Amino acid sequence: MMPNTEIYNLKVNGKNHEVRDAWVGESLLYVLRERLGLPGSKGACEQGECGSCTVIMDGQAVCSCLVMAATAIDAEIKTIEGLTSDGVLTEVQDAFITEGGVQCGFCTPGLVVAIEHLLDNNQSPSEIEIKEAISGNICRCTGYGRIFEAVQTAVATRRAAK
Amino acid sequence: MTVVVPQTLKEALAFSSANPEAQIIQGGTDLMVEINFNHRKPTDVIALRRVEEIRNYAHSSDRSKLIVGAGLPYQKMEHGEIAELFPALAQAARTVGSPQIRAAGSIGGNLGTCSPAGDALPVLSALDAEVNLRTETTSRDVVIHDFMIGVKRNDRQPGELIVSVTLPIIDGWQGYAKVGVRNAMVISVASCCLVIDRKLGTVSVALGAVGPTIIRCRETEQWLATKIDLKSVFDVAPSLLKEFGDRIANESKPIDDHRSTAAYRRHAVATLSRRLLLRANTK
Repeated sequence: MMPNTEIYNLKVNGKNHEVRDAWVGESLLYVLRERLGLPGSKGACEQGECGSCTVIMDGQAVCSCLVMAATAIDAEIKTIEGLTSDGVLTEVQDAFITEGGVQCGFCTPGLVVAIEHLLDNNQSPSEIEIKEAISGNICRCTGYGRIFEAVQTAVATRRAAK
Repeated sequence: MTVVVPQTLKEALAFSSANPEAQIIQGGTDLMVEINFNHRKPTDVIALRRVEEIRNYAHSSDRSKLIVGAGLPYQKMEHGEIAELFPALAQAARTVGSPQIRAAGSIGGNLGTCSPAGDALPVLSALDAEVNLRTETTSRDVVIHDFMIGVKRNDRQPGELIVSVTLPIIDGWQGYAKVGVRNAMVISVASCCLVIDRKLGTVSVALGAVGPTIIRCRETEQWLATKIDLKSVFDVAPSLLKEFGDRIANESKPIDDHRSTAAYRRHAVATLSRRLLLRANTK
């Protein structure tokens, strides 16, 4: 239970972070970016429509702008920064580069997290399953074609690595 | 401002009874938007995300009903037993926002917010669902029609928590249809749920987003039951189908707003209800 205080702990990317001197009504997105120095998750609509703030919380892809950070005190949170370490790209990140899935890049972190989540739960998604999985992530540049290609490439790379 | 995250229903009820004016947060998909945009600044918040007892479902002892926890995410209704027993609920759940929203949003949140556009609400209305509300010392069941009072207004009393909804398992066809501005990630412009009880030979039709709250089309329901035998496979003549949709539209009470016009919504519910009746007819 969260005590009546403005100091609380969040477990992000396997590390415990103390959040202090913060208003407890802040969204997880705001806390990640402004309090914990993790600006990878993007803030665009702040109403759950664009998906650019997507993180994994307790194994589910969610919009971090719609999570009250102080209620996530015992959750396992994984952000785009936690997908990989030592600067090695994941198959999905690599495929975004090779397939040209990035244009302005603002939607990219949310899309990458959503697609990692999809592939962790479904190793060979159908076209409709891919579309469904990223239906909550809006990209205004690419027209999605190259993003779908990036997913296919990531699926193939992951399969080959097995 | 204070935030508490109770781990059990007992603890949650103790908090809400002790602080009846506290803001309840379930999945956060609605409330957090208001907080992010400074439209609401709650003083005390009770977060229900850790209360496992309300994030599940169970059969009633005689197995005639399903009791669905108020915190069960929509994601869990898209497939599996709930989807088999209540296809209309699965279809409605499937139209809620995006996968991210369906991982968080719940029936309890829909009921608490009580927007006429809440996707699950027409289904609850067509099924004559009962809403269970509790405090530390009381428990009451309210039929959905009495629970939804108006635009974002419901019968929840200070200190009460919405714990579950009870849905009767009905033998017969059911379906849900919705119109929005695109296929994914939209709030409904108009929606419709149609449920046929094959044993009783009755039909229920409920409309969303075309009135201050969900509308049950009771006159049309009774009229249709006199026109066709709903207990068996039925034929719907084109003229009957047209009149059915027209009557449904007449029972709607839509307005012009930033999402659509009253005229379009009237047209939409006529079309949606006709489609659902045709789909029912093919099974």
